[in-house]
Amino acid sequence: MFTRRTLLGAISALALLTSGGAAIAQENYDIALISKGFQHQFWQAVKAGADKAAAEFGVTVTFEGPDNETQVDRQLDMLSAALARGPDAIGFAALDSQAAIPLLQQATDAGIPVIAFDSGVESDIPLTTATTDNIAAAAMAADKMAELIGGEGQIAVVAHDQTSRTGIDRRDGFVNRIAEQYPNIEVVSVQYGAGDQLQSTEITKSILLANPELKGIFGTNEGSAIGVANGKREVGSDIVVIGFDSSKAQLDAIREGVISGAITQNPVGIGYETVKAAVAALKGETLEPVIDTGFYYYDATNIDSPEIKAVVYE
Amino acid sequence: MTETASPAGKPGLLAGIRTSGAYHRLLAFSGLLVLMVVFSLASPNFLQTANVLAILQATSVNGVLAIAATLVIITGGIDLSVGTLMTFCAVIAGVILTFLGLPLPLGVIGAILAGTLSGLISGTVIAKLKVPPFIATLGMMLILKGLSLVISGTRPIYFNDTPGFNQIALGSVVGQVLPALPVPNGVMILFLVAIVISFVLGKTALGRYTFALGSNEEAVRLSGVNVDRWKIAVYGLAGSVVGIAGILIASRLNSAQPALGQGYELDAIAAVVIGGTSLSGGRGTVLGTLIGALIISVLANGLRILSVAQEWQTVVTGAIIILAVYVDILRRRKL
Repeated sequence: MFTRRTLLGAISALALLTSGGAAIAQENYDIALISKGFQHQFWQAVKAGADKAAAEFGVTVTFEGPDNETQVDRQLDMLSAALARGPDAIGFAALDSQAAIPLLQQATDAGIPVIAFDSGVESDIPLTTATTDNIAAAAMAADKMAELIGGEGQIAVVAHDQTSRTGIDRRDGFVNRIAEQYPNIEVVSVQYGAGDQLQSTEITKSILLANPELKGIFGTNEGSAIGVANGKREVGSDIVVIGFDSSKAQLDAIREGVISGAITQNPVGIGYETVKAAVAALKGETLEPVIDTGFYYYDATNIDSPEIKAVVYE
Repeated sequence: MTETASPAGKPGLLAGIRTSGAYHRLLAFSGLLVLMVVFSLASPNFLQTANVLAILQATSVNGVLAIAATLVIITGGIDLSVGTLMTFCAVIAGVILTFLGLPLPLGVIGAILAGTLSGLISGTVIAKLKVPPFIATLGMMLILKGLSLVISGTRPIYFNDTPGFNQIALGSVVGQVLPALPVPNGVMILFLVAIVISFVLGKTALGRYTFALGSNEEAVRLSGVNVDRWKIAVYGLAGSVVGIAGILIASRLNSAQPALGQGYELDAIAAVVIGGTSLSGGRGTVLGTLIGALIISVLANGLRILSVAQEWQTVVTGAIIILAVYVDILRRRKL
């Protein structure tokens, strides 16, 4: 991907070789974003949003994250290197919020504002958190499911896990909305496939074989949704599938009609709002404790519309 | 630190290896210095005390792992399980301290014993069952990864109920004496491990056999030495060193993170190789490995401080590894 960032990287590398070390202009804020990941398309979309805000507000943004979401110590090394650089503000998506608190405290002591993004930090250090309201997003999935199955019947949930914040919120948001608003719909099974496509496929097949009357399944993240779609294909079922997030496979499945539609977070918005909040903090503006970065429902009818195209990724 | 020694070699050859070992370390050390000078010139933030301490802190876990890997690699073997074994040891510490509520020293001892035991198992599988080290430790890597997840119930184990646990890596005994230089304990532990293992390699029978196994295992066997026993001992020692790394990372994160660890073995092996230890065995030093681990950390930190995009950081690190080994090959051709 040859973007401006890549170019900047090459220029910085050149600057390194010529030992120049480009001096940063006075008003040009330097904002360091430390994310939970880097290679995954979701994080690249967050990065794209951050870059967009950087261009708009005329600030410099760096974006880094560990190779995978288990490398808590590598993330701390990135955070301490960012601190040593002396940025004007820091954006941080904690892998383990407890482990990061001493370093975040250092940032606060040095007068560097901290903005949390994607997932919160269990402390009052971050000035705000830019994140998806997962409970509301899953409730919207429940409304769409109810609409598509005609307001009655049995449904199931294939969730990605029972411990992470997003796993809990999406499951509860969906199940609670059904319980509160749709008395004729019954959630007969909630199972966990670790967000793994294959595992979710097997789970889906067993749910479908055990519940022949089933009308629909909600897959709570990208891997779960693809697993549900695969299971549906293998069994030859015609249930309604609602997914979450996006990927090439999920977009294709929606175009083919295997998945009826999906909720997408707004990763671009998460990146954009994080940088925007950092700039606002640097200008001394007060921030709301949580910035809801929004979510959308997309299906075959609006998948190619500009507003959906801007937030989904392949 | 002690010199490389090759007990199998004749005096003349021995002297040659001694000088070449020193030469390589000098080379690696100059490489480290060049990197530091370049980064210092490029950014005034690089050579700040706090940042240098952060670099050392970032080196401590990988450094200890790399020292363990050095032991095994000198015998001509390889240990792919160091990353997940580190996590396993951290989880064992979590079980002892958080689940069972036992006192701190027992947690530390338990983690190190778990490492030793696992190392002895790997060593036995390799020496007695004749499974190649690559396969044996690949298997152990997966077994330990799975066991960590099973034992912890796939959730991090926090050490909040063990006050002082995070001081093992994060506290600073040096800082109490020299307030201006609060070197974290984790870094001092790394140096301590380096000194002890250097001593073992240079001055003990175990050290001599470690090199001998890597130079010519068959010759050692034919001279009537119980090769299997020494090999198992080397893997056991490496395992206990990994146990120390497990304590360090758990202390730094104040938690045992059960999913962490896979991939860390590659950074450890990279540090060993940059430090001039030959993957074919028989040659290597702890000091070289330490310098190798520092080069990796300095590079990562410096490129981050210069705001180099992460994609390019990875490219540069890869190029440095190849360059380091190529320089080593050039040097050996000249011998």
